[in-house]
Amino acid sequence: MEKVVEMQNIRKTFLHTVANNDINFDICKGEVVTLLGENGAGKTTLMKILYGMYSMDSGEIYVKGKKVDIKSPKDAISLGIGMVHQHFTLVKSFTVTENVILGLPPAKGIEIDLESAKKDLISLSKKYGLEVNPDAKIWQLSVGEKQRVEIIKALYRNIDVLIMDEPTAVLTPQEAENLFDTLRLLTKEGKSIVFISHKLGEVMEISDRIVILRNGTLAGEKNKKDTTKKELARIMVGREVLEIIEKEEMSERGEPLLVVQNLHALNDKGIEALKGISFEVRSEEILGIAGVSGNGQRELEDVLCGVRESTDGRIVFKGKEITTKKPKEIINLGIGRVPEDRMEEGLILDLPIFENLIVESYDKKPLSNGILINYSSVKDFAEKMVKEYDIKTPSIYTITRTLSGGNLQKVILARMLSRNPEFIIASQPIRGLDVGAAEYIHTKLLSARANGVGILLISEDLDEILMLSDRILVMYEGEVMGILDRKDVTIDELGLMMTGTRMGGFHEPN
Amino acid sequence: MSLISFKLEKRIPPPWWFRILMPIMAVIISLAISSIFLLILGKNPFTAFYYLFYGGLGTKFAFLEMLVKATPLILTGIAVSIAFLAKYWNIGAEGQLYAGALLATWVGIQNFNLSPVFYVLLVIVAGFVGGGVWSFIPAYLKARFKVDDVVTTLLFNYIMIYFVSAILEGPWRHPVSLYPESVNIAENAQLIQLVPRSRVHIGFLIAVAVVFVTYFIVKKTKLGFEIRATGSNPKAANFLGINTLKTIIIASVLSGGVAGLAGVSEVAGVHYHLIHNLSPGYGYSGIVIAMLGGLNPFGVLFAALYFSVIITGAQMMSRSVGIPPYIADVIQGITLIVMLAMLLLFEYKISIRRGK
Repeated sequence: MEKVVEMQNIRKTFLHTVANNDINFDICKGEVVTLLGENGAGKTTLMKILYGMYSMDSGEIYVKGKKVDIKSPKDAISLGIGMVHQHFTLVKSFTVTENVILGLPPAKGIEIDLESAKKDLISLSKKYGLEVNPDAKIWQLSVGEKQRVEIIKALYRNIDVLIMDEPTAVLTPQEAENLFDTLRLLTKEGKSIVFISHKLGEVMEISDRIVILRNGTLAGEKNKKDTTKKELARIMVGREVLEIIEKEEMSERGEPLLVVQNLHALNDKGIEALKGISFEVRSEEILGIAGVSGNGQRELEDVLCGVRESTDGRIVFKGKEITTKKPKEIINLGIGRVPEDRMEEGLILDLPIFENLIVESYDKKPLSNGILINYSSVKDFAEKMVKEYDIKTPSIYTITRTLSGGNLQKVILARMLSRNPEFIIASQPIRGLDVGAAEYIHTKLLSARANGVGILLISEDLDEILMLSDRILVMYEGEVMGILDRKDVTIDELGLMMTGTRMGGFHEPN
Repeated sequence: MSLISFKLEKRIPPPWWFRILMPIMAVIISLAISSIFLLILGKNPFTAFYYLFYGGLGTKFAFLEMLVKATPLILTGIAVSIAFLAKYWNIGAEGQLYAGALLATWVGIQNFNLSPVFYVLLVIVAGFVGGGVWSFIPAYLKARFKVDDVVTTLLFNYIMIYFVSAILEGPWRHPVSLYPESVNIAENAQLIQLVPRSRVHIGFLIAVAVVFVTYFIVKKTKLGFEIRATGSNPKAANFLGINTLKTIIIASVLSGGVAGLAGVSEVAGVHYHLIHNLSPGYGYSGIVIAMLGGLNPFGVLFAALYFSVIITGAQMMSRSVGIPPYIADVIQGITLIVMLAMLLLFEYKISIRRGK
């Protein structure tokens, strides 16, 4: 097949890490080629080099057989290469049309011809199923719509190669399906797609060819029809992966531990983000909270962890009201917390590891006598935790900031589980972690559940929710769309609820 | 055309020896920059610096005088570093010094019939309380209403300095000389001399003891851990159950109290009465000293001694080379800027990004 882009021996280092180690990568005409790899494997770096956002240390790039020097995204676009980033690059106060033509020279003289641009835009959006209102302002659009604007923006510039960086991360299952339809139409037209992902399911659905990166090196290349999910996972991680963690079925669920009634709270902008949330979590169960990012999950986590005030409603833990309790009281009641923002909330990165391990229990015996901290028992405790939780660090005195994401999460987990919590609030516990660390975290959560702990799992990763939860609550714009039993749930149903369809017959919010 | 943007990213903390090397480099660089000013004045910087250090260290008299000036500087340096460790930006050590001096003087002029040990202790406690209370107010405003600490602590300096002036011009005006200065504090309330026929008093030892106590509190106690955790990342500390508002208030009171001790040192150890130019800016020098000392109590001790040499030697340099003594202030200012710039460069990495 005709090669549109050839990248040869691409090398890129950041300070001490080699992000791309002599990588060869081709894109053929009319194909969907997936760059598969764990977080930090170098996928995005490689594509940012192609798109002119990073300069490479060494290597060569050929576009349509000609050697090129791509210095900026502008160069890339003029060579027919477009990229849709994970974080969109749109001007919020402009309309869709204005955003699409932004940066292009006006068609006639100095006058901007919005009308003809709009016409082109409508025809593009019809042709590829990218439904969007050209006159809407960006801030009015949903995440899925914004992504469509980004794609239109790229297509409007007549690109041949479209790079999409983890496009489904922000989409509901239905929106992802629509996106895949669009991508198929584009390849039929002879355009090429580079699809960056680490989700095996969608990779198998959309790709023609799969290139796997691991730790910055090329780990393998497979045609879709010659491979399986299992094989891809093995190449990606570098070892055999348990596809699904065994989850013990609990015969019956225990007592209600945490009861939340009609909870209301504001977000940082003062807008109501929780509009009457009610649910309960029993011991020995995991209640998963699913939803597209930004539908009140963060505020729910904050309120339950004691760092955001609720404006109405009640939170009851083991029969006692804890609605207005401070973090310290919540910790001391036996509630363990794994916050979404592990860098800014879960850990004090500039303190050494041993101090992060004790930060929730430094004021209790045997670590303290009330005034002094007993640093020799602290040392023993920290050494034990590092060993028990397999935290990879040169020493307990190492500054926490230097650890990898998986090890940071292990510090949080060790600290929390060492207090034997009866209830755990875990928010996005595996976001950004590699498969091995994610598996470890999940195993620990499931074994806590088997020991009778009740767990509230807040996650935007549907696979994670489906794998771990006993029941699933779907949140949309601060409301509960329904609570379903894991056994009865279908992806379609979840997807509909995540986009705001309330399920009849399910639990209704008050 | 691509835009260029700069971004600061925290880097992995440099090793301990580097943290010691950094202030030394800052001192050298700041002296090098200061010599540009000397060259502009047509003076040989080497001669000038020779007299600067000779005047601060070269003779027994100079050395002892240096210790006298170092005493309040150690205390204000420690005061500022306690607050800064909790990321409470206490710029108010100067006012807290005066508040401590005011209350210590009030206790000292009561002529209690006490043994010197108890009377001196009482004066010290009074100074600590005076500075602590004056520091508590802006800290409470910060914790309760999020009033900016830099602004309030700075403005509180002027309130206290003018309040002291008003008291000295009014009720406390000396009844005999009619100068705006208080009467002398009781003899049994004065800090005894360490070296006969010099001005070095026991306050210097107290200041050194404060250095050790501060080190112990910061490194070994629950409170110290809470202060460091709050200062490192208040949001995380709060999430993890530390009462950050309480911690900030306690740190600020300790900070103000230690600054108040500097006031005690000047009133009960040097002048024996309150005057309105008691401090030539020791509270502000404390900020430079705390930063140069890397917020480490022992670092602060050395930084205070260094600045004391410069302040003491500035007179000698001024007389011998014929330049204004204000060059000492210039060196202080430059040292602070150089130290801050070095902290920025070594604790953060500046990445230059090119893109849309």
